[in-house]
Amino acid sequence: MAQGLEAFLREAQEKNLPFSELMLAKEAEETGLQPEEIKEKLVQRLEVMRQARQDGLTRSLTSRSGLVNGAAFTYARAQKRVLGGPFSEVVATALAVAEENACMGKIVAAPTAGSCGILPAVLLPMAEVHGFTDEDLVKGLLTAGGIGLAIENLATLSGAEGGCQAECGSASAMAAGALVELMGGDLGQIASAVAFALKNVLGLVCDPVEGLVEVPCIKRNVLGAVNALAAAEMALAGLETIISVDEVIKTMGQVGRAMPESLRETSQGGLAATYRKLKQNRTANS
Amino acid sequence: MGIIDIIGPTMIGPSSSHTAGAARLGRFARLILGQKPQRVDIVLRGSFAHTGTGHGTDLALIAGCLGLLPDDPGIVKADQLAEENGLVYSITAQDEYRYHPNEADLLIEGKDEKIKIVGTSVGGGRIRIRELAAYKIDLSGDYPTLLASYRDRPGVVAKVTALLAEEKINIAQMNVARERRGGGALLVAEMDSTVSEELARRLAADLDWVRIIPALED
Repeated sequence: MAQGLEAFLREAQEKNLPFSELMLAKEAEETGLQPEEIKEKLVQRLEVMRQARQDGLTRSLTSRSGLVNGAAFTYARAQKRVLGGPFSEVVATALAVAEENACMGKIVAAPTAGSCGILPAVLLPMAEVHGFTDEDLVKGLLTAGGIGLAIENLATLSGAEGGCQAECGSASAMAAGALVELMGGDLGQIASAVAFALKNVLGLVCDPVEGLVEVPCIKRNVLGAVNALAAAEMALAGLETIISVDEVIKTMGQVGRAMPESLRETSQGGLAATYRKLKQNRTANS
Repeated sequence: MGIIDIIGPTMIGPSSSHTAGAARLGRFARLILGQKPQRVDIVLRGSFAHTGTGHGTDLALIAGCLGLLPDDPGIVKADQLAEENGLVYSITAQDEYRYHPNEADLLIEGKDEKIKIVGTSVGGGRIRIRELAAYKIDLSGDYPTLLASYRDRPGVVAKVTALLAEEKINIAQMNVARERRGGGALLVAEMDSTVSEELARRLAADLDWVRIIPALED
């Protein structure tokens, strides 16, 4: 299945299949599993996502490092809202699932553990708003998975290779494309949504404080989720990407390779370095 | 790599390499030992040493030694489970690593056997065992695996492969290492399907030590 997204989309077009159906057929061929077995696995993953959301919102979590301290719990109970409604549900879900991950809860790495909050944050609240069934959401996961696969084939999904744009950026693109399909968008709109989502976070560095998936990672999951919603809505409105989606994906990979190693998950640069300096100063002054 | 790998695995956080991979490493060590471990001495190396505590690498390795899978919520209280299951452990840390920044040495001990392995966690929960006892190897755990040690002599590899061929077992990767000519030797084979108990017995009849390990679950 070592193809770019455009080849997948062309194939779907030729066979007159929704993107998710094509990916299901390909996965069945690749793994030798029955389509029903694949769907069943994805239903289980959906359940894990739901549980992580619920747990993250109902218990106030503290990570082993102490850097994470009940952000989702606090946010979900706040009174003052800028937008409120589904928007706040999206933010809350991203925080909740990403915090569950940081605090050794059970999550689905989608595509990575560090970006695990983004797909649940887009799919679960939007299911409540638009009435998507579990069967719809499984289609969403298939589409998201196909997009992730194309990104893995043309660029990378690893923060160590491509920075945060490769993890949270890819998750955001996957969520955007999935949402477009669930909202009835066509194949071209999936391509545009993926391209918009990735273009918006191009160059995003991976600079985890203390080397942990906590600061700034948890809030970057929020960024990825909100970005996905905007990208999907723009694509559904008919806005089209000027640069083709495969070229955008490849560019993400090139930008990743061009990034200094200090900004690719090594905790040597960015906020990780800033935090270390501040901590040293505090120790020196105390 | 397929859809199921991209939307997955399901795991206990926070890190596929530092938590899920560490759990698989511990589990592989237990399977190589082939019995209930009573003691494990772990040396965390490289990035495992630096960020292991925050990632729960220590807990995940112990959980794996206890036989837990990477998505088992028991990982969080592996220290407590170790006590309940009579597993004594020690954990130390060292900056240096030999094969990969995410590396650990495990000296794992059961009732009547003791084995040292060096394992690495290479990303996305994938692992590699790079040393077993005195031998340098390269094992992923992704396939059913045959480990066999014997006195270095001609014909052993032919005999093993002939026995595997009897059951139409296809070898995906195979490697032989020895201490010195005529000394201890280790054969490592990753196979497309696993070996029957009957065949395992026949293999063991001619060799000093044989271990058949199923493919590691995610």
